[in-house]
Amino acid sequence: MSELIRKTAAELGRMVASGEVSAVEVTQAHLDRIAEVEPKIDAFLHVAAEAALEQARAVDERRAKGERLGPLAGVPVAHKDIFTTVDMPTTAASKILEGWRPPYDATVTRRLREAGLVIVGKTNLDEFAMGSSTENSAYKPTRNPWDLTRVPGGSSGGSAAAVAAYAVPLATGTDTGGSIRQPAAVTGIVGTKPTYGGSSRYGLIAFASSLDTPGPFARNVLDAALLHEAFSGHDPLDSTSINAPVPPVVEAARQADVSGMRVGVIKEFVEGEGYQRGVLRRFTEAVELLESLGAKTIEISCPSFAYALPAYYLIAPSECSSNLARFDAMRYGLRVGDDGTRSAEEVMALTRAAGFGPEVKRRIMLGTYALSSGYYDAYYGSAQKVRTLIARDFEAAFQQVDVLVSPTTPTTAFKLGERVDDPMAMYLADLCTIPSNLAGNAAISVPCGLAEEDNLPVGLQIIAPVLGDDRCYRVGAAVEKALEDRWGGPLLKEAPSL
Amino acid sequence: MSTPTETLMPFDEAMERYEPVLGLETHVELGTASKMFCGCPTTFGAPPNTQVCPVCLGLPGSLPVANAKAIESTIRIGLALNCSIAEWCRFARKNYFYPDMPKNFQISQYDEPLCYDGYIDVEVDGETVRIGIERVHLEEDTGKSTHVGGATGRIHGADYSTVDYNRAGIPLVEIVTKPITGTGRLAPQVARAYVAELRDLMRALGVSDVRMEQGSLRCDVNVSLMPRGGTEWGTRTETKNLNSLRSVERAVRHEIERQAGILDAGGRIIQETRHFHEDTGTTTSGRSKEEAQDYRYFPEPDLVPIAPDREWVEKLRAELPEPPSVRRRRLQAEWGVSDHDMAAMRNADAIDLVEATVKAGAPPADARKWWMGELARRANESGKALAELPITPEQVARVCELVASGQLNDKLARQVLEGVLAGEGTPDEVVERRGLRIVSDEGELAAIVDQVIAENAEVAEKVRNGKIAAAGALVGGVMKATKGKADAARARQLILEKLGVSG
Amino acid sequence: MSAITRDEVAHLARLSRLALTDEELDHFAGQLDQIIAAVARVAEVATDDIPPSSHALPLTNVFRPDEVRPGLTPQQALDQAPAVEDDRFRVPRILGEEA
Ligand SMILES: [Mg+2]
Ligand SMILES: [Zn+2]
Repeated sequence: MSELIRKTAAELGRMVASGEVSAVEVTQAHLDRIAEVEPKIDAFLHVAAEAALEQARAVDERRAKGERLGPLAGVPVAHKDIFTTVDMPTTAASKILEGWRPPYDATVTRRLREAGLVIVGKTNLDEFAMGSSTENSAYKPTRNPWDLTRVPGGSSGGSAAAVAAYAVPLATGTDTGGSIRQPAAVTGIVGTKPTYGGSSRYGLIAFASSLDTPGPFARNVLDAALLHEAFSGHDPLDSTSINAPVPPVVEAARQADVSGMRVGVIKEFVEGEGYQRGVLRRFTEAVELLESLGAKTIEISCPSFAYALPAYYLIAPSECSSNLARFDAMRYGLRVGDDGTRSAEEVMALTRAAGFGPEVKRRIMLGTYALSSGYYDAYYGSAQKVRTLIARDFEAAFQQVDVLVSPTTPTTAFKLGERVDDPMAMYLADLCTIPSNLAGNAAISVPCGLAEEDNLPVGLQIIAPVLGDDRCYRVGAAVEKALEDRWGGPLLKEAPSL
Repeated sequence: MSTPTETLMPFDEAMERYEPVLGLETHVELGTASKMFCGCPTTFGAPPNTQVCPVCLGLPGSLPVANAKAIESTIRIGLALNCSIAEWCRFARKNYFYPDMPKNFQISQYDEPLCYDGYIDVEVDGETVRIGIERVHLEEDTGKSTHVGGATGRIHGADYSTVDYNRAGIPLVEIVTKPITGTGRLAPQVARAYVAELRDLMRALGVSDVRMEQGSLRCDVNVSLMPRGGTEWGTRTETKNLNSLRSVERAVRHEIERQAGILDAGGRIIQETRHFHEDTGTTTSGRSKEEAQDYRYFPEPDLVPIAPDREWVEKLRAELPEPPSVRRRRLQAEWGVSDHDMAAMRNADAIDLVEATVKAGAPPADARKWWMGELARRANESGKALAELPITPEQVARVCELVASGQLNDKLARQVLEGVLAGEGTPDEVVERRGLRIVSDEGELAAIVDQVIAENAEVAEKVRNGKIAAAGALVGGVMKATKGKADAARARQLILEKLGVSG
Repeated sequence: MSAITRDEVAHLARLSRLALTDEELDHFAGQLDQIIAAVARVAEVATDDIPPSSHALPLTNVFRPDEVRPGLTPQQALDQAPAVEDDRFRVPRILGEEA
């Protein structure tokens, strides 16, 4: 096995830029690794070997011409199959979009290309990003590299598994209720949900517009920051994009210093039922570690967070019921039952019934219900008020502290099939991550050890205010550095080799 | 299509028994260069699906960004309609499935319109009627379906349809009136006058070309009847998509007669949408809805709220043009024309053109004469609007000037206009190329007069003997000899002089 | 008491253009009932004095200039369509009219 796949993205970028190794070599090493692990983890919906090598050659040519390359030029990246790509199919892991070839690139896609990153393929996800296990993919479930009988989390499970299995150093994801942080936590890697509006949603197939946020996956904090910086920033094609510079995330990741910082421990997310013992243990140790590194920690109460999960499961389905209405068999995608006698309405209903999986149907109907006249105020309207309360809780908290911390998920990776027909149990996986989606602020998950009862990774969530993304990286990098010193290397070293 | 078997009640009788209540919803397509939420062009009549992009096709992942000019135009319309402008408002999604709507929701506004609570005064039969404006909001248009197969090309009975999304996403301003009561027998005319006034207003603001026949202004009319002396409004019907002023008036009149007929027979009005048929002047029922529509409106999460800056709003208010009714009164006084002539010019959409022609130096009477006469005839023949004729007010003014200075007579002027319309150049170029300048050389004209007298000795004799009316034939001869390029009055004068009689 | 009846679920399916089987309707009715009962908790704290938030962040007035930008060619637009005729999207017959 090539040693190249063990390198960090930062190292690979430096080596390609200095000519130590070619982008083609780097890409080929990762394509080989994908071929090796893919039969076991099923992280990809589409591997674009030819296109990837072509992109890599272009980077090598640019270098040969003496062009200065960016820090990630020639570095392979796996792209969640919810971003449009002109040269690869885009399906959102749904049958309704099987084989769809978009005529345009998402802004994130375009920026990856502009940064010279090599897109090696499109990764698996829960259909339309609805889920926490990647089992809702219409094509196949992805498996957790730590334990192939377990889920890699979701919805960005394909991206997380690919990074954790050393198939790629970097991957993109989207986080609507925890879909980056939760899979990062349960696969032992780093994942960030940037500030809402900090990364463009243009070309990201919408699940819940007011929550969806593109973000990076990597095996370490600095790499995540580099990718974050590469595709973030203002986009005039997205009205909700913030017209401000990207926070200095790379600088913060290099700084890795928490001395004097005030860290709040969210009281509501360490008490209560449903938390695995080993998860809480690793979390408590991480808090102690932060103190030992010079941070001041205090307990912070955010009473409205108890209502975040129900509010989320009204707002997200409401928006999705409307966003997914466009999949109607008229202009693109699947068409079922058009026998010349059926009406457009009938063909729409047959196509949608055949093209959407059960979780998508469930959420569409739930959202349709919550928005219906007569129910709007009690459900969608009330959920929007909870959203206000949650934002107020954050605001009050950030008057007292610089960052908040909690476990990323209440439990480690669960078994495939375990929660698939129990939606309420599945939804609990996002308990700790959802408040930041509702309030739009930044958050990251970094590995903080293994739960002793199952030897599976636990994630530490670090939450910062809106546009305070750099604080996530600063604290995350400090924790990472201290833990790696303690462990003698990254947590992933502990993963059973594939 | 079902034939209505309802018995109509004659309008006058209906008006004795019932009081109509009207409500109008008017959609105006804004004349922006690009669409409401994307950069696609808005040109009318382009080949199908040539003005589309991921956004207006509703492709997965695409996002809308609002057109600044459309927002500004809507606020200007609201201000011109004496509305309050929202301090803060949002777009909303109106959710329903329909193949001509790419996202299966329309981005519109719901309970937070950009402009609300205004009015406009319209004149009918010398009476001023104040019409309350409930709201003015902004939304996007849909694509256009063509129904294929079946007997009529109508939606019902078609085998399938084809859709062109060029129009999808064009900005539409919806203007909704408050209920209009107390207009009695004037109701149909009031409805028409209101739409005409809106049309003039849009034109004055320069926000839309308001071509009703192209659908850039279309109107839905709600009508209900209340028994005279009653207090409770009746059930209303909504007649959709009226696309001419005449249709608005006829549809209201028909609905009044139809509803009165039903009520008189002890029937019940069904709340429904109806379609108007130009050919018969009647309305028929649209699909009666088994279940009430539930549009599940909610704030559009892909667009951020609009909070118009107050200073900016005041600036827009200060820059509003003169209201059309005020302007019409002013021009009528300046031009000294009758109510009837002014109304005729308005109906022909000639007021702007006449005004521009006068501005370019023509006397008002001359400007009106050419636009309402020869040019209106030409427009009519070619099925074009006056403004679409390939001639500018400046060119018409130049023709007026050439006539006034005696270089053209009316007949030659008509030929000059024909030449300009045919693309032969400016009036002066046409005069030059066609050799149309009047024969003003006295010597040349005198020679022709002599020749004509010589050739028509008998007629000349009659004139000499005092039968002056016969001189007309000699003038005709001169005109014929000059191919119409003589000044007929001067020719007549010369003839009479030479024959020794005074005219 | 159940929060949602099977008939209501059938109505929701119709509104959402989902041709569900009877079996699916039964299955979803049970699950939706459970979920709705759980999420209804939001009403506990949603008092009248709290303004609703439709967006994550308080941005306003994001507009684009009224400029024409290149879009798709008709070939690109129609490329992925299930059926095309005369450069238009061909769709099954449309019943009645709405809105
Ligand atoms: Mg409307
Ligand atoms: Zn467009």
